[in-house]
Amino acid sequence: MFLIRLLIKNAFRHKLRTALTVLGMTIAILAFGLLRTVISAWYAGVEASSANRLITRNAVSLVFFLPISYKDKIRQVEGVEGVSAANWFGGIYIEEKNFFANFAVEPQSYLDLVPEFVLPPDQKEAFLRDRKGAVAGRKLAEKYGWKISDPITLKGTIFPGNWDFTLQGIYTGRDKTVDESQFIFHWDYLNETVKKVLPRRADQAGFFIVGLKNPHLAAEVSTAIDAQFKNSLAETLTETEKAFQLSFISMTEAIVIVIRLVSFIIIVIIMAVVANTMAMTARERIGEYAILKALGFGAPYLAVLIFGESLFITSLGAALGIAATFPAARAFGNALGQFFPVFNVAPGTVYLDIAASLVVGTVAAVVPTVRAVRIRIADGLRRIG
Amino acid sequence: MENHRPPIVEIRNLSKSYRRGSQVVPVLEDISFDIREGEFLALMGPSGSGKSTLLNLIAGIDQADSGSIKVGGIEITTLSETELAHWRAFNIGFIFQFYNLIPVLTAVENVELPLLLTSLSKRERREHVEVALRVVGLADRMDYYPGQLSGGQQQRVAIARAVVTDPTLLVADEPTGDLDRVSAKEILDLMGRLNNESGKTIIMVTHDPRAAERAHLIKHLDKGVLNVSDPAPH
Ligand SMILES: Nc1ncnc2c1ncn2[C@@H]1O[C@H](COP(=O)(O)OP(=O)(O)O)[C@@H](O)[C@H]1O
Ligand SMILES: [Mg+2]
Repeated sequence: MFLIRLLIKNAFRHKLRTALTVLGMTIAILAFGLLRTVISAWYAGVEASSANRLITRNAVSLVFFLPISYKDKIRQVEGVEGVSAANWFGGIYIEEKNFFANFAVEPQSYLDLVPEFVLPPDQKEAFLRDRKGAVAGRKLAEKYGWKISDPITLKGTIFPGNWDFTLQGIYTGRDKTVDESQFIFHWDYLNETVKKVLPRRADQAGFFIVGLKNPHLAAEVSTAIDAQFKNSLAETLTETEKAFQLSFISMTEAIVIVIRLVSFIIIVIIMAVVANTMAMTARERIGEYAILKALGFGAPYLAVLIFGESLFITSLGAALGIAATFPAARAFGNALGQFFPVFNVAPGTVYLDIAASLVVGTVAAVVPTVRAVRIRIADGLRRIG
Repeated sequence: MENHRPPIVEIRNLSKSYRRGSQVVPVLEDISFDIREGEFLALMGPSGSGKSTLLNLIAGIDQADSGSIKVGGIEITTLSETELAHWRAFNIGFIFQFYNLIPVLTAVENVELPLLLTSLSKRERREHVEVALRVVGLADRMDYYPGQLSGGQQQRVAIARAVVTDPTLLVADEPTGDLDRVSAKEILDLMGRLNNESGKTIIMVTHDPRAAERAHLIKHLDKGVLNVSDPAPH
């Protein structure tokens, strides 16, 4: 108790120096936490992806479509629970900067396959009935102030023209990892219109969402589906939703690696800063450590004092940094919502913050402690006298 | 009459040298003497003659090259570092020229420090500390920080810290070296009382003749060799 009081008093002896070190630690932990959150936001789609679902797409590239007739063939494959056709629509809301994910889907089968989109029953019913009906995620609706039965017009990029929808439902995520900023509407509405203006592109799906009876058989079912269409005009590539999401991210993997690297460099830098503070501190107090040793206090006591002070400073900085991470991440998420639909500080990030502060505090105290323990008492006393 | 009391410190053939680069500089050469219980010994000598070195060896905070030091019958030159630390905690009270108090601790806390290594309860520690601070006349300054006390008062806190564990020996290295004449006299009076009234054995390094006058016995160190001079008249 006495020692803890002493080490806390010690920590506040050089108020400015301690304040600056704590501030540095706070900023380092804040930056570290935000970067880690960016990384987890990057992988949010992967995290949220279901192990129960496969995605079947054109083997050549995502920009090539598949005949809608594949749907029935896929359904007949052993182990398949359900199939839903979908198209990436790529529509723009008023202006190009208003970007959000929008898909044409087969409403009934899609909602069956994607239970993480929670929709009130009356809204679901209204959506299924209205050919021009659409459903938006809660965040998206909030962002644009949409209410049920509002008319919404998207400008097509892949499918030209202005597309009018009526908002029939607002879904919420089953949990925090679910992207609440998507927009879905009837595939039939898309297809019928395309039939009139671009008959060549009608009756085609961008991809099929395939529900599995047993997630352990994902590999077998994927192989079976692709075998069906071997040597056809449009060969398929079927993979788990997770792999499908990862294939998007792998294009940007280098950036993630850099972010991860930078986040660790920040910790190394703050480690050097705290170590420097502790070294200065311990050098100034070498005479006091000599006194304590003369009085009979051994190495463990000195270690408690020095490690304790170092850990006190880093923990204080980390606590402030963690506290600041949540509002900062919220502000960040609001500003960058269109790039990172899910931007939450994961518990894992907080644990990493805590681990980093413990490592920094411990490492910074090693050299000063060794020096204090090694110094000969007579020499340590001479430094004052 | 003092000669009938048993020696509390027995020093035999003690030598110590420092290495300066490739050069070996002898500081103490083959020193032998006893200190009797209740003695007040002054160690004098020119600067650099090895007074502090000798005191540090007796107090167990420095290592001799050869020779033997027994304090209260215990050979301390063969103790391990940990054993020595434990031994110091119970046997040595330190008084330094620059007081060497911990600046962030109050007078009470500074005096309590050595008691943390004992098995005393918090309340018992507090009682011992209060007695010690009363003895040195600082009962009214218990919660002052060193920075709020004069040099003489700080030295009195240091003396309280030195006596609070009731050690075998008090060692003082130039205890009045940094004090004005009035404060120095107060400190010497206090040390004299500790010796006379409480029977404390004191070894004091000083080059102040006025300080040495208080001692029973003065030993002169010169070039590593010890000479005994006449006991101060009492
Ligand atoms: N750690 C050390 N390394 C080298 N020389 C030392 C060391 N400590 C003391 N000395 C030398 O030993 C001699 C005696 O020092 P000291 O005991 O402090 O003398 P005094 O206290 O009598 O002035 C001096 O010449 C001093 O320079
Ligand atoms: Mg000296």
